[in-house]
Amino acid sequence: MATTEALNTEVPENVNAEVSIGEYQFGFHDPTDEYPFMSQKGLNREIVAQISEMKGEPGWMRDFRLKSFEIFESKPTPEWGGDLSGMDFQDIFYYVKASDRQEKSWDDVPDDIRKTYDRLGIPEAEKKYLAGVKAQYESEVVYGSLREDLAAQGVLFTDTDSALKDHPELFKEYFGTIIPPSDNKFAALNSAVWSGGSFIYVPPGVNIDFPLQAYFRINTENMGQFERTLIIVDEGANIHYVEGCTAPTYSSDSLHSAVVEIAVKREGRCRYTTIQNWSNNVYNLVTKRAMVYADGLMEWIDGNLGSKLTMKYPAIYLMEPGARGETLSIAFASEGQHQDAGAKMVHCAPNTSSRIVSKSISKDGGRSSYRGLAKVQKGATNCKSNVVCDALILDPESRSDTYPYIEVEEDDVAMEHEASVSKIAEEQLLYLMSRGLTEVEASAMIVTGFIEPLVKELPMEYAVEMNRLIELQMEGSVG
Amino acid sequence: MSSLLKIENLHVSVGETEILKGVNLELRQGEVHALMGPNGSGKSTLAYALVGHPKYEITKGSISIDGKDIIELDPAERARLGMFLAFQYPVTIPGVKVADFLRHAVSNVRNPDRKEGEELMPMRDYRKELRSTMQELNIDAEFARRYLNDGFSGGEKKRMEILQLAMLKPKFAILDETDSGLDSDAVRVVSEGLKKLSGPHMGVLIITHHERLLEYNIPQYTHVMLAGRIVETGDAELANELHNNGYAGVRERHPEAAAEEEAAKEEPATV
Repeated sequence: MATTEALNTEVPENVNAEVSIGEYQFGFHDPTDEYPFMSQKGLNREIVAQISEMKGEPGWMRDFRLKSFEIFESKPTPEWGGDLSGMDFQDIFYYVKASDRQEKSWDDVPDDIRKTYDRLGIPEAEKKYLAGVKAQYESEVVYGSLREDLAAQGVLFTDTDSALKDHPELFKEYFGTIIPPSDNKFAALNSAVWSGGSFIYVPPGVNIDFPLQAYFRINTENMGQFERTLIIVDEGANIHYVEGCTAPTYSSDSLHSAVVEIAVKREGRCRYTTIQNWSNNVYNLVTKRAMVYADGLMEWIDGNLGSKLTMKYPAIYLMEPGARGETLSIAFASEGQHQDAGAKMVHCAPNTSSRIVSKSISKDGGRSSYRGLAKVQKGATNCKSNVVCDALILDPESRSDTYPYIEVEEDDVAMEHEASVSKIAEEQLLYLMSRGLTEVEASAMIVTGFIEPLVKELPMEYAVEMNRLIELQMEGSVG
Repeated sequence: MSSLLKIENLHVSVGETEILKGVNLELRQGEVHALMGPNGSGKSTLAYALVGHPKYEITKGSISIDGKDIIELDPAERARLGMFLAFQYPVTIPGVKVADFLRHAVSNVRNPDRKEGEELMPMRDYRKELRSTMQELNIDAEFARRYLNDGFSGGEKKRMEILQLAMLKPKFAILDETDSGLDSDAVRVVSEGLKKLSGPHMGVLIITHHERLLEYNIPQYTHVMLAGRIVETGDAELANELHNNGYAGVRERHPEAAAEEEAAKEEPATV
C-alpha cells in the first residue's frame, strides 16, 4: 500500500514541541455573544421546523425532519452499550450559527474562529498535504476549499446544506437511503436536526491522490452538533476522506450525533479516517454506514481517543459480488471515558470479504468495549470474514469487554474470530527502563507499539498525529 | 579516574525466599570479571538486583557507583548512571521499531538530564551512528526497522543486546548468559562483538557457562557463586578449571555453602 511506504523510521523532529503536558490540548473556547443565531435550548417540533426554515429548505426536507423527530421521540433510549442516563436531551442547543457565511479564504473567516483553526493546525495542514478542507464550527461549515484541478474533473466537495440547494437530484437519490431515520434513535435525531457535514461526489474513474479533510469543532457549552455527511464514490473512483473533531472542556455535557452515509460503486474505493478527539464532556453517538457494490472497497479507519461516551460501529454492507470491507478501529479509554466502539460487516452477496481489526487501550479506570457484528445473509455464499480484536489494559482499575456477534445464514463461509486481552508485563517495563526510558516513556512506547499495526496504515501526517495524541493520553498517567 | 561499582554485603529476596546472602564484589571501569556458579546459585538474581528489577528486594547491604548508593534509584535512573544488563531472555516489545526504541534510549542515557518530551538525539547523527555501529557488529541494517525482539531467533536477540550495549556505551555492563542457547557461530559473533566494545571505559561482568565468551574476553577476575555468596575469587585460570572439572571441587572446599545449596533444593521453587 502506497501510504505505508511513506512511513519509515524517520519520524519528523519536534513532534512534541508544542504539547502542553498532561492536559487536553484543545479545551479552550471562544466567546459566543456575537453569534448571529442560537436556537432555544431543548428540542420540540417548533425548533425542528425553525431549523428548516432558517435554512430555507424545500418542503420535502422540512417534512423529512419532522417525521424523523417523531421517530426520535417514539424510540426509547438504548440501554445496551454505554450509560446514557446522564444525557439530558432538553439541555442541549440544537442549532447554533457562529457565522453567517461560508468562506473560501481563511482571511475572511471571523477572527476568533480562524484563530481556533490556526491553533488546531488546519490551514497549515491544508497547505501541505490536503486536496480540500471543510471546517465546521458549531452547526455550520464556515470554510471550504477544494483543489482546482479536482473541481475541474467534476469532483464535488461541499457542505451538505449547499448540496441540497445546488445538487438536489443527486442529493435526493442518496440522502437517507443508506441510513434511514428509523435505523436508530440517534439516526432519527440527526435526521431531524442535521446541519452541515460534507457532501462529496467523485465522478467515475477519478482518483483523488491527497486526502480531503473535514474538521468539526464544537465551541458552545451544551452544544449539540449534528453534521450529516454523504459521500458518493462513482465507478472506479478513489477517495481518502479524513475527519477530525475537538471541543472545549466544560463541566456540563455536549452531544455529537452525526450520520455518515457512503455509497461505493463498482470498483470504487473509499477510505474514511476518523481521529475523534472530543473533550471528555462530549457524548459521541454516531451512525456510519457504507454500501459497497461489485469489486468495490470500503475502509473505515476509526480512531477514538476522546469523548465521555462514544457509541460508534461503522458498518459496511457488501451489496454485490467482489465487494470488500475493512475496518481498523482504535479506542483509547482513560479516566471517566467509555469507548463502546466496533464495526459491522454485512455480507449481502456472494464472494464478498471483510476484515475487522480492533485495538483498544484502557487506563486510569477507563472502559473500552469492542462491539461488532459479522453477518452473512442467505445466498451470500463463499464469503470470508475475519475479526481480530486485541485489548490492552494498563491498570487494575480499567476495563475491557468484547461483544462479538456473528450471524451466518449460509454454510459455505470462512469466518474467523480472534480476541486477546493483555496487560503491560512488568518485564516489558523493566526491559525498556533498564535502557534509560522513564516509566511513562516506557508505557507510552508499549502502547504505541500495540497500535502500530493500525497506525502504519495511516498516511504519515495522521500517523504522527495519532501517536502524538496517544503520548498525550499517556503523560502523567503512571503512578 | 575510573568509576567503581561496589557491591557490599548484598542480600536479596524474592518474595519470602532469600537468594543472595551477602555478596561482595568490586567492578572497575576497564576490568573484565567472570561470574560463574551452578544453576540457582544467584547469578541472575545479582544481575536483576543491579539493574533494579522491582521483584528483587534488597533487604540488606548496598550497591554504589563511585560512592553513591543506587538502591533507591529506579532502573531508568541507574541506566543513566551507566548501568547496563544484557538480558538472558530479552523481552519482546511488539510494534516498537528497534531504531525508534534505541534512539529514545540513547537520548536519555547520553543526556541524563533529558526530561520527557524534550528533543531526542538529532535524527541525522543518530542514523549515521546506528548504521556504522551495525556494520561494525555485522548486523544487517534491516534489523533497525524490525520490531524489538519480535520474531527474533535466539542469536538475533543476543546480538540485539550487543547492539544496545554498543550504542549505550555503559560504564558497567553485565552480561547474563549472553552466550547461552546459541550455536557456536552465534557465540563467536557475540564474543567478538563484546571484545570490540569493551575497553578502558567499560567494566564488564560476564555471567557464563561457556568458555568461548571468556576466550575472547579474558577475565582478570573469576568469581564463583554458590548458594547466594561469592565463595571464591581467582583469575582466568579458575574459570578454566571450572569448565574442565565442574563445581564438585568448589562444593568440597565450601561444604557449608554446598549444604545450603542442597537445602534450598528441597524447598518449593519460587524463582
